[in-house]
Amino acid sequence: MKLLNHTSKYLAILLVPLIAIWAFGFYYAMLDEIYDSLDDGLENQKILLMERLPSNPEILGHTDLELWNHAITPISKQSFDRFKERYTDTLMYMINEKDFEPVRLYETKMVYNNQFYKIKFITSMVEEDDLIQDLITYLVVLYFLLMVTIIVLNNLLLKKIWQPFHSLMAQLRNFRIEKNHQIHPMKTSIEEFKLLNTSVTTLVDQSRARYLEQQHFIENASHELQTPLAIGINKLELFIENTNLSPHDVKIMSSILDNLNRLTRLNKSLLLLSKIENRQFVDEETIDFNQLMSEVIEDFEDLAIHRSIKIEMISEGQLNFQMNQDLAVILLTNLIKNAIVHGNKNQTLKITIGKRKIHFDNYGIDQALDPDLVFSRFKKMTSDHKSTGLGLAIAKAISDKYDIQLKYTYNKIHQFSLDFPG
Amino acid sequence: MKLLIIEDEPEMMENMVQTLEREHYIVETASDYQSALHKIGVYDYDCILLDITLPDGNGLLLLKEMKLNGKDEGVIIVSAKDSLDDKLEGLNLGADDYLSKPFHMAELHARVKAVLRRRHFEGNQQLSLGNLSISPEKRQVWIDQTEIVLNRKEYDILMYLVTNQTRLVTKSALAEHVWGDHIDQSDSFDFIYSQIKNLRKKLEHATVSIDAIYGVGYKLEMDS
Repeated sequence: MKLLNHTSKYLAILLVPLIAIWAFGFYYAMLDEIYDSLDDGLENQKILLMERLPSNPEILGHTDLELWNHAITPISKQSFDRFKERYTDTLMYMINEKDFEPVRLYETKMVYNNQFYKIKFITSMVEEDDLIQDLITYLVVLYFLLMVTIIVLNNLLLKKIWQPFHSLMAQLRNFRIEKNHQIHPMKTSIEEFKLLNTSVTTLVDQSRARYLEQQHFIENASHELQTPLAIGINKLELFIENTNLSPHDVKIMSSILDNLNRLTRLNKSLLLLSKIENRQFVDEETIDFNQLMSEVIEDFEDLAIHRSIKIEMISEGQLNFQMNQDLAVILLTNLIKNAIVHGNKNQTLKITIGKRKIHFDNYGIDQALDPDLVFSRFKKMTSDHKSTGLGLAIAKAISDKYDIQLKYTYNKIHQFSLDFPG
Repeated sequence: MKLLIIEDEPEMMENMVQTLEREHYIVETASDYQSALHKIGVYDYDCILLDITLPDGNGLLLLKEMKLNGKDEGVIIVSAKDSLDDKLEGLNLGADDYLSKPFHMAELHARVKAVLRRRHFEGNQQLSLGNLSISPEKRQVWIDQTEIVLNRKEYDILMYLVTNQTRLVTKSALAEHVWGDHIDQSDSFDFIYSQIKNLRKKLEHATVSIDAIYGVGYKLEMDS
């Protein structure tokens, strides 16, 4: 739920008791005022009547309350003394409404020509049930009007006010730290959004700086490792050549040499990976992948024969793609190498090249690899301790660089597919 | 043959000097930009091994300086940077080859020898070893005047072993040289054995043989 509607929801809930309490208070205050003014009017009638009495003595004969709205009854002195003025609510039959309706009754007394009289005044009163009904109707209308106003205001006004926030969010959603994306926050005069903008910009800048630092660290560390590795390997090579070692000692030296060479390969792969990610391969040319594939397969023939794997290449179409030559070679070699190294003996590695795709199908372990992990660095799928665990990560980095889709699927056959854009 | 090694890392320098002196080259050294500039100005060399990153200057500038002064020595750039830009710039400036660290000693020697051969004999030189003769330019091999047909890999292996005939060539050095840098992540280099086996068969009547050295690598031996 949007924050906007969230506040509206609470407001809608809160308004119900608020309006109810207010209606209660309003109703009684109004009723009180109505009584007050009715009573004043009744009292005024009494004064008027008393004033008119001397000139219109027939008034004394008015006994029909319903006709004259007042009735005069003579009373005894005792009754007069005991009698107290009062206002009461009562019901009277109204002809027009054909029902008993509430009326205000004012009972008072007067002395005229030494005669004692009791006078009743009535006036029709507000119909409370109608009043309540009206009030409720109006309040419900008010409530809905308020809600509509709030929602419309929220959606129009607040949407405008929240624009800097939404603009920032849209940019953050597309933000990729490995790409050189910049965050451009909208100018705003709202303190909170200013704070958000500066915080996000700082955070993004710092993360990007750390990311670059880390990338350069890997690159620099790999560089710095090259020379000591070179010295170590070369010294061992010279040592084996120059010294008369027993076969046993040569084997030990050879094992040290092998491990140093592995370290070198690992280091080179790391360096390559950071170079691809640091976008250091700029030169591009149109690569004939059918031709390149044949060359790469030829390079791997001996390795394939050694592992008893047959490589079969099927050209369904001509694939040309604009990219860096070295990266194209590395992409193909890493995928072929992966298929050969992890393939089962006496099976065929089938490579299909189409107009916009390359598929590598091979038989390996009878189990799907985790497609989320297969391209991660150092995620080795097998116990093969001599692989660097970087080959597929490098292939993935190269594909990403050129927007080529590199995917892994398993259906008895392990398939790595390259889908070229365009 | 006189070589100059320009390299600021003393131990790296020592390895290179030792390797090349074994091949009976006269080796001189310079460990910084200034002394290198001085030596190049005063003496002539057949081949210069040039490290790009020197403490007091860029090796590529040195190369530029040499070409400006009409010096036409063979130059092999040796760099830990393995940077494509440097490689291209170096080759454009007239370097003969580019070798990135770390490299095998056998590879270093092969590259030096290739540069020297190209410069001094323009490739029209036949190599002879026992009853074996090789024409590097035509990539042809004869045993007692009878040509034997080798495939690309067999020829490359033979040439590499002949170039490094006095030394032990490790399997990884051979694999990288013949099959290329990209083969280097495979699990082992045992796959090169099948090509060695074929080559041995073809060299049956030659007076040289390829000896396996305790699983480490191979060495070309003259039959006595």
